[in-house]
Amino acid sequence: MSAVADQFDRFQKLGVEIISVSVDSQFVHKVWDEEELQKMVDGGIPFPMASDGSGEIGKVYGVYDEAAGVDIRGRFIIDPDGIIQAMEVLTPAVGRNLEETFRQVQAFQLVRESNGSEATPSGWTPGKTTLKPGPDLVGKVWKVWKP
Amino acid sequence: MADVGCGRPTGSVVGSKNTPKETPLVQKEETVMQAHVGKKAPDFEAPAYLKGGFTSVKLSDYLGKWVLLCFYPGDFTFV
Repeated sequence: MSAVADQFDRFQKLGVEIISVSVDSQFVHKVWDEEELQKMVDGGIPFPMASDGSGEIGKVYGVYDEAAGVDIRGRFIIDPDGIIQAMEVLTPAVGRNLEETFRQVQAFQLVRESNGSEATPSGWTPGKTTLKPGPDLVGKVWKVWKP
Repeated sequence: MADVGCGRPTGSVVGSKNTPKETPLVQKEETVMQAHVGKKAPDFEAPAYLKGGFTSVKLSDYLGKWVLLCFYPGDFTFV
């Protein structure tokens, strides 16, 4: 969570709100923030840290590990209409790569702003060529997209 | 504002039958995964900690904004 907090400003600039969720109570969140996270990130965690004590939220999102009784690492990008645009779920020992999350958010925002008239090809990063799906592009992707 | 008492309040899925207050202990209902890309994110409301205070978070309050929802295994873990 400290890694996410560290990148908070970058997400804010893109208009992205963050909510973190674990099965810990809000009281434990408070102590973790005060005792540890504030020493890693200036000012501590700047977004709400929600408590899913029963695992009910994790269950509907498919990230609750019944045996361990925890919500495993799951990341969901939700658009302004409340639609899930992307999800990524990892087992506990491997951390996230926020650069990829950041890239995906920018790609989904671009597609949304273009009203679906543009799409981002594999490996797209901001500033790179986008694709404009339509009859003219069928069989012609090779002309506009060079990996 | 969330209740800050001695009990252990928990989060619940909005519209779910498994709302803690009403669920008898013996009843066990399977909660099915409802999160799919391209589909509505399941709404939920949960007690939360925010910058020194306690509050409540409801996903549907964020409509109109992009949201990054991050689950993680637990406070005081290492990754």
